[in-house]
Formats: sequence, C-alpha cells, structure tokens
Amino acid sequence: MPRTATPAAFTSTTRDGVGASPRRPDGTLKVTGEFAYSSDMWAADMLWGMTLRSPHPHARILGIDVTEAVRLPGVYAVLTHEDVPGEKRYGLEYQDQPVLAFGKVRYKGEPVAIVAADHPETARRALDRIRVDYEVLAPVSDPRRAAFDPDCPLVHEAGSLPVHEHYRQSGNRVRYQPIRTGAFADGTPVAELRARAAAVVTGEYEVGMQDQAFLGPESGMAVPAEDGGVDLYIATQWLHVDQRQIAPCLGLPQDKVRLTLAGVGGAFGAREDLSMQIHACLLALRTGRPVKVVYNREESFYGHVHRHPATMRFEHGAAADGTLLYATLEIILDGGAYASATPAVVGVASSLGLGPYEIPHTRVDAYGVYTTNPPCGAMRGFGAVQACFGYESQMDRLAAELGLHPVELRVRNAMAQGSRLITGQVIDAPLPMADMLRRARALPLPPARADLPDPADLRTLPGGVANTSHGEGVVRGVGYGVGLKNLCYSEGFDDYSTARVRLEVVGGEPVALVHTAAAEVGQGLITVKGQIARTELGVERVVVHPADTRVGSSGSSSASRQSYMTGGAVKTACEAVRARVFDLVRERGLVPADRPDADLSLVGGKVVSAADGVVAGLAEALGPDAVEETREFHHRPTEALDPTTGQGASHTQFGMCVHRAVVDVDVELGLVKVVALDAVQDVGRVLHPQQLLGQIQGGATQGLGLALMEEVQVRDGEIRNPSFTDYLIPTILDTPPMRIEVLEHPDPHAPYGLRGAGEPPTLSSTPAVVAAVRDATGRALARVPVRPEDILGL
Amino acid sequence: MRVTFEVNGEPVTADDVWPGESLLYVLRERLGLPGSKNACEQGECGSCTVYLDGVTACACLVAAGQCAGRSVRTVEGLAEAGPDGERRLAAVQEAFVEAGAVQCGFCTPGLLVQADDLLERTARAGRGVPGDPEIREALAGNLCRCTGYEKILDAVRLAAAREAGTTEGGAA
Repeated sequence: MPRTATPAAFTSTTRDGVGASPRRPDGTLKVTGEFAYSSDMWAADMLWGMTLRSPHPHARILGIDVTEAVRLPGVYAVLTHEDVPGEKRYGLEYQDQPVLAFGKVRYKGEPVAIVAADHPETARRALDRIRVDYEVLAPVSDPRRAAFDPDCPLVHEAGSLPVHEHYRQSGNRVRYQPIRTGAFADGTPVAELRARAAAVVTGEYEVGMQDQAFLGPESGMAVPAEDGGVDLYIATQWLHVDQRQIAPCLGLPQDKVRLTLAGVGGAFGAREDLSMQIHACLLALRTGRPVKVVYNREESFYGHVHRHPATMRFEHGAAADGTLLYATLEIILDGGAYASATPAVVGVASSLGLGPYEIPHTRVDAYGVYTTNPPCGAMRGFGAVQACFGYESQMDRLAAELGLHPVELRVRNAMAQGSRLITGQVIDAPLPMADMLRRARALPLPPARADLPDPADLRTLPGGVANTSHGEGVVRGVGYGVGLKNLCYSEGFDDYSTARVRLEVVGGEPVALVHTAAAEVGQGLITVKGQIARTELGVERVVVHPADTRVGSSGSSSASRQSYMTGGAVKTACEAVRARVFDLVRERGLVPADRPDADLSLVGGKVVSAADGVVAGLAEALGPDAVEETREFHHRPTEALDPTTGQGASHTQFGMCVHRAVVDVDVELGLVKVVALDAVQDVGRVLHPQQLLGQIQGGATQGLGLALMEEVQVRDGEIRNPSFTDYLIPTILDTPPMRIEVLEHPDPHAPYGLRGAGEPPTLSSTPAVVAAVRDATGRALARVPVRPEDILGL
Repeated sequence: MRVTFEVNGEPVTADDVWPGESLLYVLRERLGLPGSKNACEQGECGSCTVYLDGVTACACLVAAGQCAGRSVRTVEGLAEAGPDGERRLAAVQEAFVEAGAVQCGFCTPGLLVQADDLLERTARAGRGVPGDPEIREALAGNLCRCTGYEKILDAVRLAAAREAGTTEGGAA
C-alpha cells in the first residue's frame, strides 16, 4: 500500500499492535459458520414473532379485530397498541414513532399488530386473520410541497409533537437550517454577485432513495427474565440508545432491559433506529417464552430507514481564473413519515452542503420534511452524500465553462488547514486537499481497451457475457469527485465512549480483557480494540469481551467514530491500568518509590525503566492482583448551529477522499462498466492497513451503487422494488479494481492522530463515476442513480 | 412430514417438517446448522449456497422435501479433520480470514462454498490459479455489501495458489 509517511510512532515491539494487520478475532468463527448472528438465535421453547404492516401509506385506523387470529391453534399472543404498557411512541431524536400504530398510519409498511406463534407459517396465517378497518387518506408524497405549501395536509397533527425551536419546525418541516455568509449575511442581492462573475452555473440535481442493503436482516431474540425484566440479543449499532428507547415503552426501568449484541450482518446506518426490538420484548413478556423475530428481505425494505432522497438547486459564480465568488444551495431532504435522524442529517447537509471549497459569499437553505413516504434516516455519508453529488457536478460544469481541467478548478478553490467552513468553523487539522487531487490525477490509468490482451473478451465489456456488445459503441470516460465528511457526532452532542480494561495473569501469562458496549458491525473494531490494548499494555494476549449493557455506553457505530471514540476509550482505560501497574511496581519495591511514571513503560510483557532497563515481568509485577479500570472518553465539545445564520463550530473532525473513476459506456444501450475506481484518502494514522482498505473499497462500492443502480423506487408512498431481484447492489462483476493511496497527516486532536475512514469514500465515488459517464457520453446526468435511458437521452 | 438425508457426511432426519419449508429453514432451525445464511431467501444473494449432491445451489430455493435421500454439504462441512483428529480450516477458509475478505461475514458462508467449488473445478482441470475474470464470473451470484470484493479476490487467488502449490496468487 503506498504511503507518504511511515507511522514512526508505532515501532512497538509488541506483536499485532497498532499499525499491524492482525487477523480478526471473530474471523475463524465467521468462516466456519459458527458465528452466532442475531437471526441464528435459538431456544428450545421459543416462539416466532411476526408483524402486521399497513397496506396504505396514509390512513386512519377505525378499528382492529384480532379475534380470528387469537383463535388459531399455535398462536400465543396477538398485540396491538392497546397492549403497549408504557410510552406509546419512541424515536432517536423526536419521540414521534408509534410502537404499534394508533389513530393513523403514516407510511406503507408501518407496524400495526404483532403475533407470536409456534411456527413462522402459523404466525403468517394469524396475520392474515387480523382485520383492520382503514379510512384511506390522500398520501403526502411530494417533499417540495411538504416543505413550502401551507395548504399541504399535515403528516403529524398540529400540537402532537415535541417542539425543538432551534430546529425551526413548522408544518411538515422537521428541521429548517439556513446558512448565510459574506454578502448574503448582509442581504446583498444575488444579482450584484452574479454581475461580478465571469461564469455562472445553475443546476438542479436529484438523489434517489438508497437502501443500506445490509445482508443480515433485522432480527433478534427476547428472553423473559425471572425478575420481570427481559434480555434481548440483538443486532444494532448502539445498545444503550436501544435500551433507552425500549424500556419506557415496556414500562420497565432501564436495568430490567438488558441487551447483548448478537452477531451483526452489516449496518451502514440502517440499525440506528429500532425495528423489531420492542415488539420482540412485548411478545416475550406477554407469553413468558423466548421470542425470535426475523424479517425477510421484503420486510427489511419496510423495516428500516433509508438514505434521504434529495432535490437540490445550486448556483455557483466564479471569476475567469476559476476562483469561486459565491454559491447558493436549496436542498430538500424527504424524511418520510417519522423523524428518525432527519434533524442531524439536515445539520450535515447544510453545513457541508457546498463542499470543501473556499467561497466568500454563500447562502444555504436546508429542509428536512415529513411526508407519507418510507421513513429516512441514517446511511453511511449521512446527508453529505447527497450534497456532494450536487456540488461536484457543479464543479465539473464550471470547469467546462471556463475551459479548465476539473482537477485544476478544484485545486484553485481547495480548502486546507486554516480554511473556514461556511459555518465559520476553522479547520484546525491537516487537510491536504490540493495535494490529494494532484495525486489522484497522477495515479496510473488502466490500459486502453485496444491495449487489452483480448479486447474482444466479453468479460471486459459493458453488458459482459450477456453479449450485448463486442466493443462497438463503447466509449471511455474519466471523472473526479471529492467529498468532505464530518466524523463523530456534531452540534453540541456530548459524544463519549466507555471502556473497561482488566489486566491479570492467567496461566502465568499477562492477559488484557477489554469490555465495551461498542457494536462490531463488520468494520473490524473488535480487532482494533485488541491492537490498542497490546500497544498500550505491552501484552500479546487480549480477550475482547462481548458487547452488552453491563458496561457504560460506547455511543453508536456510526459517523466513522468508533476507532476515534471507543479506540480513545480503550486507550485511556489502558493508560489508567498502566499507571496502576506502575504503582504496584513501586509498592513491591521493584523500583525506588520516587521513580516517576515517565520513567516506566510496558513492553513485551515486561515493565521497563528507562534508567534501569527491565524491572520485572508483568506476571511478577501484578502477582495475584487484577488491575481493572473503566474510563469514559469524550471528544472536544462542539457547538450548535445558529438557527438563523448557520454559524457555529459544529463538527469534531473532518475526513476527505478523492476519487477518480474510469468507465466504459455502451452509448447505444446505456450500459456502463466501471473499469477503475481509484482513490486518495488521508486517514491521519493507519491503525490496521488491511481493514482500512476494506473500509475504503467497501464504502466506494456503495457510492458506485448509488451512481449506477441503487434506488428504492417509491410511487405514491409505495416501494415498487422491495427485493434483491429489483433493488440492485453491485456484484463482483460490477465492481472494478480499486487502487487506494493512503496518506497519513495526523490529526493532533485525535487518539494516535487517526481520522475516521469509513464514510468519505462513499461521498466521493458517486460523483466521480457520474462525471466519468458524462465524460464518455456528453449527457448532463443530473440525477442518480443514472439509468440507461438517461444515458441514451430517452 | 419426515425428511431423511445426508448433511456433511452424516445421516440426518427432520420430523414435523411443513411441506413449505426450505432446505435452508430445516438446516438452520431444525438441524442446528445456522451457518448457511438467510439474507434474501429468494435466490438472489447466494448467502445460503450449499452443495446439493456435489452441485452448488441456493438452499433457500430448494424445498426440504426435495432433499430426501440426497447429500448436502454446508459451510460447516468445509473444514475437515486432519490426521490428528483436529479440525482444520479448508484453504479457502484460511485465506478469507488471512486476506481480510471477512467483514460482517454474512455473505461469507455462501462465498466460501462457491469459491470452494471454483477451486475444485480448477484443480480437477489442472489449471492452477484462475484468472480474475473467471473468479468474478464464478462469484457473480454472491452479494457482499461490506468489502467491495477486492479482498475476496485476494483470498480466492491466495487459496488457489496454495492449492496449486505455488505462490503466484500473492498475498493480500
């Protein structure tokens, strides 16, 4: 892997520490089939839980009759909203989502009733026997109308929702966030700015609804406990936020709702919200038996939030040399029926809405709205993905207008350390954007088609072995994309993680036990926690305890934050353990009592003194004692955005990726083959080179999917393609080789100087691929995913 | 109904099987073999790929009753006992862990069976390490959402090189 800097800080003598690529500790179980995912939970006396969902996007519930369902042999419980003993609603930010619908349903697929039965087929038949009388209402399908039309029907009745005044809620608006800088803060009319520009580019762009499409469906098992509580084995991204939402709805104190992380089959944001958690617990508590719930793929499309579809209107003005003078953006994000993470998504989409470019005068208006479409919330990239497609498309158009290479235009306006975002926040860590752009441009290009060993090999052509082309009508294109993503939680949220680390001697060898509640969702945090413990404690053997709610919160496996936050917590707890070990060494007289910590270190299973060399083996230093410390790690505070001007240092850290895509397009059939998708990304410090590449390549592939194939197609509130037959994600044939150049410019504020890495490539790959298709076809392509008919201009 | 067949070399019997149950359901819920995964249950993702009489198939698309008297091999049957009785990972399993081809791992069991089949076919034909286009065609029915497939290609090349007794596949 090419690097520009050697991580000199990590020349630790401890094997498999920070900077190495040790194997995942869960890897062997995952290749033998023994790793227990949430859908693999099983108990001898378990029941199957299943959900009745609304067939209408918007309807009043007049009555629910469960009589016939209850009578079916093998059915143990049929529950409706009347059976929810505590709070009837829950939610990540606004408590606006019913556990089971009452009064109204607001999207097609909303849970209305749940059953527990002895076999999934019995449960399904019971659902068929539940009668729900609906009075169908007109759907609220158009997010622009929801944002601006005062006569648009309200999705949530006036006065029924908690008020968050700083979000400027009104009508169907979940949040409105404006930003004004420069002349726009003074009220200067845009016409004056236009008059000063040599080139003005306006554009409307659209991003379709993307699905996270994790492979492991929503699932888990709830087991009733003797103390009247419940134990839930669950695939989630944040155990404690689940617990905090579940317990009040069950009418139980938090300590009676205990969660343990089951194996997680991918997440990508789709497991931030609850799905079947409360339902399984309700059924288990009612029946007194373990209840397993497993969504199938169709239900999964209704069972979690998606990426917000967005419509965007941009205007950019630039001087003849390409220097940006001003920019405006209006972005409308369709949040669907319930708020989920919409307020936070608006916060990102607004503050990063114009990208990593120096622009003196800016105006942004970002709206997140309620409609009766499927609810939208978190997905990798979180509001920054949508805006990035828009502003990068604008950069390409400006470059073309001014006769500049797209990279050159971006370099001339590139942010760097010391730049101010449009929120006024100063970037106070390295951001080598211009260098990254030049490096991306200089990466070797794949061979031209004519230079392939066998240009007629169908497998190298768009359409592949479907035999749609032998090379005629195939045109190559190249495109670039840059994305800036905030990392960790923003806008004043007190973001923290907790770690408990225990060091003791087992079988004559020192062993570190690391316990956190952080969700391993596939990203490899489980490996990184072990590496940090090895590096900090100088031991080889580390056991990572299963994640559960018996330790403090670790926050969410979201926002590219876990290496930073839980990594930081494990590091801090290890430092505390280390200090205790040094105390023991002094107490045992192994070094003089006045010897400071600074003289001592833990290396290779030994306590080492800078003055005296090896002082003792860890086994000797510890003796029979176990040293255990629990620590919380908080990142530095952030600020809320001003609700009128959008000013405020709202973000913790920034990540950037630059992509260059090379595509071959069959311009007669509209088929695209991505030939290369190469990237330059700065990650501060590499903790695990192999897993890092997996994050960048995986994230880039999700961006490729958004560019070319992935869309949850919604018409009048109905999902038209809830299956992997009709919702396409990239296969190994759709995905090209991906060369990654990793840069390491440390962030002085972050543990080890690291920078979260999972999201930035998901931003940049989409505009790069679309730019390459534009380059090949000359089409404007203002909407993703790009469809064959868009390429053909039909 | 009762269904009797062979799984990973052992005879098995499942009782009270509802005729609508798939092979995947019976493996996971009745036989204690949840390794084959339930990602789409409509034959699109390949996560439940097993050998059925030596031919790879999506277990979700096979009715359990169709398996009567037949032989099934799942991901749990890829690792085999060595001469010392210890179970050893198959080359392809070892390579997936080593090359970083496993993230969330939900696609992994199906990919392993499909890749194992490719390696078997390649070895039978005496062809050494398959080329990338051949690996891609062989694994085109297996969706992975985490990796972008690069490390999966690395793993298959590595396993193939080891099986062929060469180092031409290179490391991750």
